[in-house]
Amino acid sequence: MSAVPKPRQQLRMMIVDDSNVMRRRIERSQQNDLLEVVGTAVNGLDAVTKFKQLMPDVMTLDLTMPEMDGIECVEHVIKIKPDVLILVVSALADKATAVEAIEKGANGFLCKPFTDDQLNEALAELIGE
Amino acid sequence: MLDAEEVRTFVQGTVHFFETATGHPATVGSPYLCIDKSAVVQDYAGVIGISGNREGKVYFTAPRGMLSVMLMCMNETDTGEQNVRDLVGEVANTISGNARRDFGRNFVISTPTICDRNNAATAAATTGRSFVIPINWRSYAANVVVCLQ
Repeated sequence: MSAVPKPRQQLRMMIVDDSNVMRRRIERSQQNDLLEVVGTAVNGLDAVTKFKQLMPDVMTLDLTMPEMDGIECVEHVIKIKPDVLILVVSALADKATAVEAIEKGANGFLCKPFTDDQLNEALAELIGE
Repeated sequence: MLDAEEVRTFVQGTVHFFETATGHPATVGSPYLCIDKSAVVQDYAGVIGISGNREGKVYFTAPRGMLSVMLMCMNETDTGEQNVRDLVGEVANTISGNARRDFGRNFVISTPTICDRNNAATAAATTGRSFVIPINWRSYAANVVVCLQ
């Protein structure tokens, strides 16, 4: 008799973007049953504060934000929870920025603008589906 | 001052934004050098300051009706003032950020400043010559304005 695979545990996701339209777009468009949106933040500083309370497993993160940008935010949250999965979602389309984000600890990069399919593919890849 | 190849970067970025974000393609008219800057400021403008290896501004300006319809195309049900202002800034941010693919990472973009009819002309004022990229999307007309030293 073959063993029944254990269902994967749901992952808690946080959305960080200074644009309300983008935060709502990501929340509405993501259709992965394994992801549950548990919080949003409007800049890097807000994200670090909420991250400590929510301890999400997954984070989508804009880069160009007031108060604290996304690159600095990555450095902070990685120290709090090293295994957090971070998908950078940014308009900054140069390779050097994507490479820097990955080197700091991000796990994926999705360039704005994006379609719903592109977002869901990037999230699925991020969580290893 | 921008050259033709650099203007093309913003044209392509604008076309890509509308096709991808709204699902409806935009057509772009011939870019032109701007003389009367007040003529290209519409109901709202999202203004991005540029620093680093270039200095200047990039802004996207559009009528309210167009921004509301864009929100609806993005499946956003709240087309109120806050989201309209948010969107005009996000469009400017995305077009400017995408330009780094060609201009490189030292093309540094600010967070958007959002203007409306009351202060758009002042906020969008530039010291150098500006290129205006006319955009037609569905039944609406908008502009991307690029002023780089």
